[in-house]
Amino acid sequence: MTQKKNEVFNEVTSGDYKYGFVTDIETEFSPKGISEEVVRYISAKKEEPEWLLEFRLKALAKWQTMTMPNWAHLDIPPIDFNDLYYYAAPKKKKLASMDEVDPELIDTFNRLGISLNEQKKLSGVAVDAVIDSVSVKTTFSDSLAELGIVFMSFSEAVKKHPELVRRFVGQAVPSGDNFFSTLNDAVFSDGSFCYIPKGVRCPMDLSTYFRINAEGSGQFERTLIVADEGSYVSYLEGCTAPQRDENQLHAAVVEIILMKDAEVKYSTVQNWYPGNKEGRGGIFNFVTKRGLCRGDHSKLSWTQVETGSAITWKYPGCVLGGDNSVGEFYSVAVTNNYQQADTGSKMIHLGKNTKSTIISKGISAGKSQNSYRGLVRIAPRATGSRNFSQCDSLLLSDTCGAHTFPYIDTANSSSVVEHEATTSKISEEQLFYCQQRGISSETAVGLIVNGYAGAVLKKLPLEFAAEAQKLLNVSLEGSVG
Amino acid sequence: MLLEIKDLCAGINGKEILKGVNLQINKGEVHAIMGPNGTGKSTLASIIAGRPGYDITRGDILLNGKSLLGMPPEQRAQEGIFLGFQYPVEIPGVSMASFLRAAINETRRYRGQLPLGAVAFARQMKEKEEMVEIKAKMKNRSVNEGFSGGEKKKNEIFQLAMLEPKVAILDETDSGLDIDALRIVAGGVNKCKTEENATVVITHYQRLLEYIVPNYVHILYGGRVVKTGGRELSLELEEKGYDWIKAQVEGEE
Ligand SMILES: Nc1ncnc2c1ncn2[C@@H]1O[C@H](COP(=O)(O)OP(=O)(O)OP(=O)(O)O)[C@@H](O)[C@H]1O
Ligand SMILES: [Mg+2]
Repeated sequence: MTQKKNEVFNEVTSGDYKYGFVTDIETEFSPKGISEEVVRYISAKKEEPEWLLEFRLKALAKWQTMTMPNWAHLDIPPIDFNDLYYYAAPKKKKLASMDEVDPELIDTFNRLGISLNEQKKLSGVAVDAVIDSVSVKTTFSDSLAELGIVFMSFSEAVKKHPELVRRFVGQAVPSGDNFFSTLNDAVFSDGSFCYIPKGVRCPMDLSTYFRINAEGSGQFERTLIVADEGSYVSYLEGCTAPQRDENQLHAAVVEIILMKDAEVKYSTVQNWYPGNKEGRGGIFNFVTKRGLCRGDHSKLSWTQVETGSAITWKYPGCVLGGDNSVGEFYSVAVTNNYQQADTGSKMIHLGKNTKSTIISKGISAGKSQNSYRGLVRIAPRATGSRNFSQCDSLLLSDTCGAHTFPYIDTANSSSVVEHEATTSKISEEQLFYCQQRGISSETAVGLIVNGYAGAVLKKLPLEFAAEAQKLLNVSLEGSVG
Repeated sequence: MLLEIKDLCAGINGKEILKGVNLQINKGEVHAIMGPNGTGKSTLASIIAGRPGYDITRGDILLNGKSLLGMPPEQRAQEGIFLGFQYPVEIPGVSMASFLRAAINETRRYRGQLPLGAVAFARQMKEKEEMVEIKAKMKNRSVNEGFSGGEKKKNEIFQLAMLEPKVAILDETDSGLDIDALRIVAGGVNKCKTEENATVVITHYQRLLEYIVPNYVHILYGGRVVKTGGRELSLELEEKGYDWIKAQVEGEE
């Protein structure tokens, strides 16, 4: 690549993180580090039932015997798990009513573009807003309840619908599944819970917005979505964090359970603070997301746009248990500067005639490392199953790395697994063609990148797609919109 | 004078290609540039448009008296230079509409105008489609992606109509076109002509010049304009080929 083009890319890939501010609120912390005492502290704070405390303690005991996985193509500095706070919550101010939210927090979410005011209907999206370890407000809970939909924070659901939570928690991501999910099992704080009853199409998109604010803390949220027979829901997840020199840990678990004929679309725009241009600071994002298509003809789609975090370790997967069930994974992962991402999907075909699709678009710039890692397993019983995987990498610098690690494991001969992979660069010809039409090189790179990611962006709900498109431009090119 | 090229000498990778090109183009004129393969016609067009990689060793290029040489390609385009590419590139996933909208709005911003809204833009697309009779069923497709050779060339003319430049330089826009397509493309170019702009067509065939009638025909040979004439010069070339030009040039040397 020529000097000139490198300069252009350097220029356009030096965007600034827009959500790096800190809210000055009084925060209440658990004792530092991880121990039985801390787990009991969290459970007590949340006034949890005995069974949940046991779930946590069992996980803690297991976690203490586990070691951090090192198979990912990531250079992870040692993490001192005893040097952080596992629970941090904004201190409740004395407010007029129980339902009222601290104006400081409302303001924080406003600055992030999230309105907690139902009057200002956020284009018909219900939001659960989580800051550090607690949910501060869930909008539209009441109107959704009229349809039998349960949408509230996980903690609240434990109190109001303990039977549902107890029945489904750990079904998609079993207790002790992996190092980070087990850590989450032990210390998880808040997240969202959602139940869509039989035959109900959720009339609005549901969303959770995660914000890390407190210093020296991690976020360990847990989300559980249950879609009963013939129901449908589209779910969105967004996240940001302040700009800090320290690395902050985020180890979440998302579980989705689908009954017969249910359909869930889960979309994420991940924009955790990625660290600065020299690679200092940023979120370590170790996330376990898995859906269990239990019922026949159920369908789960994961769509993710990953632009943030210093390190991303995340493989949203589908366990296709029901016959004719369908799993989809659409991903755009952008890495810039010193960011590292090892992400992809796991499709486990257990039922007959199950189908899965993986479309992964990696975009790497600067000195970043971007890996796709995917597992497709077809069990002996899963006859007539199909998988199609396409993994593309777009390189914007000579110093970045893109890697593809597909694992395929087929145990019957009536199934078909297809894998395609490409690597490309933006050509000087393309750049000049755009410029000749009056388009600056910055905008041109944005256009070309968005075009490249288009197949995935199209899968996002409309407003979210616009946001994702903007975010791609910001993370790759200064301020051009 | 709209576009003036003064004693332009340029090369690439140490190879000298243009060896003192002079051209003067006024508003309302059509100029044709002809010449054997490899004499530097595309090079000249690329250098006017600002394609990176060339070494300009002498001379200047002036648009309305302003030198283009220090400007990046997008600024030259915004100043009014349009290049119809001999080989248009494909940009996967980028729709013609979003591409052209970016092009128009960045140009408008450069000129201190407000961006064109979605409705006005759609209207302009429709108008221009009708004007150049290029039914852009292509407009919802990605830029040139999967277009046939002829479709790509038509698409260049559609972009010309949309962008309304001061100087349009069309590099072998006629090559690879069937007879009907040639008529459509030439018709489109003619409709884009005004008293205020100028057109430069680079071609090997006088056939195109039956449709787009030039005021001047220049012959580029050995990196220089060795002969300038009227429309009849292209007919003479068609008849006699380039040998007599070569002989003439060599005789002079
Ligand atoms: N990147 C390059 N490096 C070296 N030589 C080059 C390069 N690009 C062009 N040339 C040479 O410059 C000369 C002029 O090329 P140019 O494409 O301008 O010719 P042309 O007149 O447009 O020819 P044609 O009629 O075939 O389109 C040719 O000899 C070509 O080989
Ligand atoms: Mg040429």
